[in-house]
Amino acid sequence: MISHIDVSTVLKRSVCDLYSNLVTRPTGAAVRIGIEHHLDEIGDKSLAVLDFSHVGLLDFSCADEIVAKLLMQYVSVDIPRREVYFVFYGMSESHLDAIESVLERHHLALVTQLADGAAKLIGHVDLDQRRAWDKVCEMGNALPADFAVATGVPHETAELMLETLWRRRLIIRQESGYSPVRGATAGRSPGGLLSDDGTASGGSGIEVS
Amino acid sequence: MTTIISAPSSLDDTSFEQIFDQLALLPPDEKIVIDARRTRWATPYGLTALLTVAQTRLERPTLAIPEAEDTASYWNRASFFKHAEALYDISGKLPRSRSGSESSVLLEVTPIAQTQDIHTVVTNIQQRSQAILQEKLHLESKVTMRFTMALSEVCQNVIEHAGTGGWVAVQAYKWTQRLGRWVVVIAVCDAGMGFRKSLETLQSPRPTDRWDDGMALEQTLLGGVSRFRDPGRGQGLAGVKKFIGQWNGKLSIRSGTARIAIIPEWDEDQALKKDLAPFPGAQVQLTIPERLPDA
Repeated sequence: MISHIDVSTVLKRSVCDLYSNLVTRPTGAAVRIGIEHHLDEIGDKSLAVLDFSHVGLLDFSCADEIVAKLLMQYVSVDIPRREVYFVFYGMSESHLDAIESVLERHHLALVTQLADGAAKLIGHVDLDQRRAWDKVCEMGNALPADFAVATGVPHETAELMLETLWRRRLIIRQESGYSPVRGATAGRSPGGLLSDDGTASGGSGIEVS
Repeated sequence: MTTIISAPSSLDDTSFEQIFDQLALLPPDEKIVIDARRTRWATPYGLTALLTVAQTRLERPTLAIPEAEDTASYWNRASFFKHAEALYDISGKLPRSRSGSESSVLLEVTPIAQTQDIHTVVTNIQQRSQAILQEKLHLESKVTMRFTMALSEVCQNVIEHAGTGGWVAVQAYKWTQRLGRWVVVIAVCDAGMGFRKSLETLQSPRPTDRWDDGMALEQTLLGGVSRFRDPGRGQGLAGVKKFIGQWNGKLSIRSGTARIAIIPEWDEDQALKKDLAPFPGAQVQLTIPERLPDA
């Protein structure tokens, strides 16, 4: 299931409908809780596209409250709340400044989708992980055996690399293999790998396809 | 008994030490009159610190306002008197006009007491940044965003650490003699618990021999230490420091009896000053210079 979450709308609904800037920790905490409520409603396996297109300013404290604390619950723990993948969409250069700073601080990483649709990995990622992620993006869908051949590493190493990226929720694990996390256009799953079984909810800043 | 505190003719972060020095000799319940009649100039730091001084007094103080009409008029346009009247008995003739905007005032003196105040500050700055930050200081819009981020973080420090409300003001002006170009100055002052007491609320052992206001400032600004156990804390000031470094700006924080500064090459301040006159809370100033075309 894919959810499109307009962060600006969550801000207006959770805090104040006059606000367009994500500043202060209390604001960030309120927005994160709003996002978590939506994630609680959309099933055990989902892709959430967090859309920052209509957010003015994002400061460091708010980025920590929203981005870092959200990822820490779903990504950076042994038993995450559920299998949720995130794509951060519509981020400006100043948004990225704040987000990259908090990701480094917490040793986290995420996938952002650029205006041209290309996915980009940002945050705390070592060179091997980055190369492996790039290769999965290039392959579109990768089984460990194919990935081992494509990268020239032993099968066990390939499995470990893919597993590590999956645990960090930087790639999606399906029966058919591993595929890159990337945002989808409305009504279309990323790579056709997640099931389309929801309907648009509307009005809440959340759209489910 | 009433004590007269003489304000210097130019009231900025350096000269304000003269006021702190005079205050340090007095008990907090002593009636004071701050004599600013001959003051001709005040930076955002001067104005916000004056309000903060009043908050530390048990006996309502008196403020003798500048006699120079243009000075009093500017203080009025910066909304200083609007807040000063609630804290001081005002001596002298207040300027008649209470409205109107000063073109170089990016943000009038504004109280910071709760989260929504920061939203207001950020929104106001965004509305005016085009005219001043971009046109006069030649800062690109992405830089004005970072400037506003820094402002937001410094203001949050008051709410999270001071334990009391504070004041913020932002102004742009041309430093003709000192730098020969425009600067924008943010001042955020409070009379709260200060950095040392804030860190002392952290339940961990503190060094007993060297522990003082200077060390608390060093740990916070240079070491990223926060009183909160959350590892995500301390990023605000770290972000401000990074921005200041990237844009050749200056950051100074005075708290208690010490003052720490991140100093650019155009300034000759000291990185750490100790044994200053004690004053509660924290007084922060950020100075961002105009971007030269070839920079």
